[in-house]
Amino acid sequence: MTLDEILKSLFPTGHNVTVSQDGLITGTALRKTGGPIAVIGVANGVALGTAGVLPLAEAVLQVVAAGGTTPILVLVDTQGQLMARRDEMLGLNEYLAHLAKCLLLASQEGHRTIGLEYGKAAAGAFLATALATDMLIGLPGATPTVMDLPSVSRVTKLPVKTLEELAKTTSVFAPGLEHMEQMGAVAITWDPAKPLDAQLEEALAAASPKDMRDQLGAERKGRTMAAMVAKRVIAEATGTPA
Amino acid sequence: MDHAHSSWLQATARQRIAGLLDANSFQEFIGPAARVQSPHLHLFDLPSAFDDGVIVGRGSLDGTPVLLAAQEGQFMGGTFGEVSGAKIVGILRAARDHTDLPRVVLLLLDSGGVRLQEANAGELAVAEVMRAVTEARRAGVAVIALVGGRAGAFGGAGLTAATCSRIVVSEQGRISVSGPEVIETNKGVEEFDSRDKALVWSVSGGKNRRLIGGADAFTADAMDGFRAATKAVLAHVPKFDLATLQAEQARLAERQTRLGGCEDAISMWTILGIDHPEAISAMDNDAFIALANGIKGASHDAR
Repeated sequence: MTLDEILKSLFPTGHNVTVSQDGLITGTALRKTGGPIAVIGVANGVALGTAGVLPLAEAVLQVVAAGGTTPILVLVDTQGQLMARRDEMLGLNEYLAHLAKCLLLASQEGHRTIGLEYGKAAAGAFLATALATDMLIGLPGATPTVMDLPSVSRVTKLPVKTLEELAKTTSVFAPGLEHMEQMGAVAITWDPAKPLDAQLEEALAAASPKDMRDQLGAERKGRTMAAMVAKRVIAEATGTPA
Repeated sequence: MDHAHSSWLQATARQRIAGLLDANSFQEFIGPAARVQSPHLHLFDLPSAFDDGVIVGRGSLDGTPVLLAAQEGQFMGGTFGEVSGAKIVGILRAARDHTDLPRVVLLLLDSGGVRLQEANAGELAVAEVMRAVTEARRAGVAVIALVGGRAGAFGGAGLTAATCSRIVVSEQGRISVSGPEVIETNKGVEEFDSRDKALVWSVSGGKNRRLIGGADAFTADAMDGFRAATKAVLAHVPKFDLATLQAEQARLAERQTRLGGCEDAISMWTILGIDHPEAISAMDNDAFIALANGIKGASHDAR
C-alpha cells in the first residue's frame, strides 16, 4: 500500500498528516472513535540523520507535554540511518537514541505507541522508530532487515546460496516480515483488504507498555532462548529459583 | 604488573570487571559453567563461547553495590546476539523490578553492534535493552555506560550508550552508529577514509564525544581511571522524565544549529571556543579533562 492509501484507510474522515520534502511525517488525525492520534514517521525510504530526528522527537515530546493519553502512530519506510561522516561526527547515536527515548517516555506516560512498517526499515533507524514502540505492525510488502543477505555474505564469508538455504530453516537472520513476526518483533501483519481504522483500534486496545517481544518470540519458536535467559538472570540476581 | 594502571583497552571483559570492582566482590550469574550459549552460531560453523561474550553479575565499586554487564569485544566483536543480549536485558529488568538489588547498573560496552549471524535476534535484543534501560532509569536506577574497548560502541551499542544515564569514555573508546568501513563501502572513500586513523578518532573517538557533550566523563585508558570516573558520575545522575528529554531536545537542536555545518572536528572544536583545537589530539589526559570541563554544553543533565 502507498502512504496515501494507508492514511485514507486509517482515517477515512480526513487527517492533518503531512510529509515534508525530506520524507518526515508529522501531524494529527481523528481515530474511528473520534479521539485524537498523533502521527510521526519516515516516508519514501529516506535515511534518518541528525536533522531528521529533531522534528519527529519534538512532535512526540509535545504529545507528552500536553498530557492525556493521546496515542502515537509511527509510520516507517526508511532505508536506515544516514551514512555520513558529518552525522557521525555530530553524534548520530545520541540523536537516534533520543528519538527512541522520547517514544519510550511517551509509552511510560500512558500514550500507547503503535509502529506501522509499510516499506523498508533497517538498522539504527529501525531501532529509533518502529522498534521503540509498544506494538509493531507490518503491512504486506514491508521489508524489515538488519542487513541484506549479500552484505551478510560479505561479513560472514558464507556464499549467498548457503545463506538463502539457511534462511529457509532459521528466521534468526533472514530478512523479511514473516521472520520478524516469528522472532516477536512484529506483533501482527494487517490485512490491507480490510479497513485499517478498525485494525488500528484493535491494536490500540491490545497494546501495552510491557515488553512482551521475547515471550512472543518464544511462543512462535523464533527465539527459543531470549525470554528464558533473561528470566534466569533475574532469578539468580534475586536468589530465587527460576 | 600494576593492575590499577593497566590498560582497559587491552584487557578482556573479565579483567575489566576485576580491575573495576572491589577485590573479590564480583559474583557472576549464569557463568560459563552453565554453558548457556548461542543456539545459532553452529549453523555458520562458528565456535560458541560458554558465556556468549557477555558476563553479568553483581559486586561493589568502592563500597557501592552494583549490577554489571560486560561485553567481551574479542568474541564475535562483542556483538548482540539472542543470548548475549538477553543477559543484558535480564540484569536491567532485575534492577527495574527489585528495589533490594543494587540501584546502579554498569554496562561495560565493547561492541560492533548487532551480530549479523543472529541479525534479527540481535536487533531485537538491542531494542529490548534500550527499553529496559529507560524502564530501569524510571524506577530510579542509574545506568552507566563505560566505553573504552577495542570494538568501541557502534551500531546498536552506540544507541544503547546514549540511552544510559551517563557515559564514561576513554580516548580509545569510539562511539558511533555506522563504522568508518561501512560508510566508506557504501558512500566512497571521499566520504570517509577509514584508513585515516586521525580522522576516524576525531569523528568518533572519546575526546570528540566528550567535547560535544556526547560523553559525561573522560578517563585515561586505565582501570583506576574508569573506576574513579564511574564513581564520580554516580554522584549526580539525570532522571528519565519529560524535563530531561526536553532538555536533551534543546541540547541536540543547538548542536545541530551550531555545529551542523562543520566538515571536520577541528571546525567544531573552534566553534566550541577552543583556542588551539589542533592540539587536542596530543593533549595529555589531565589537561584535556580540565579543558573539556570548561566547555559550555559538554557537561549537562540532558540525557
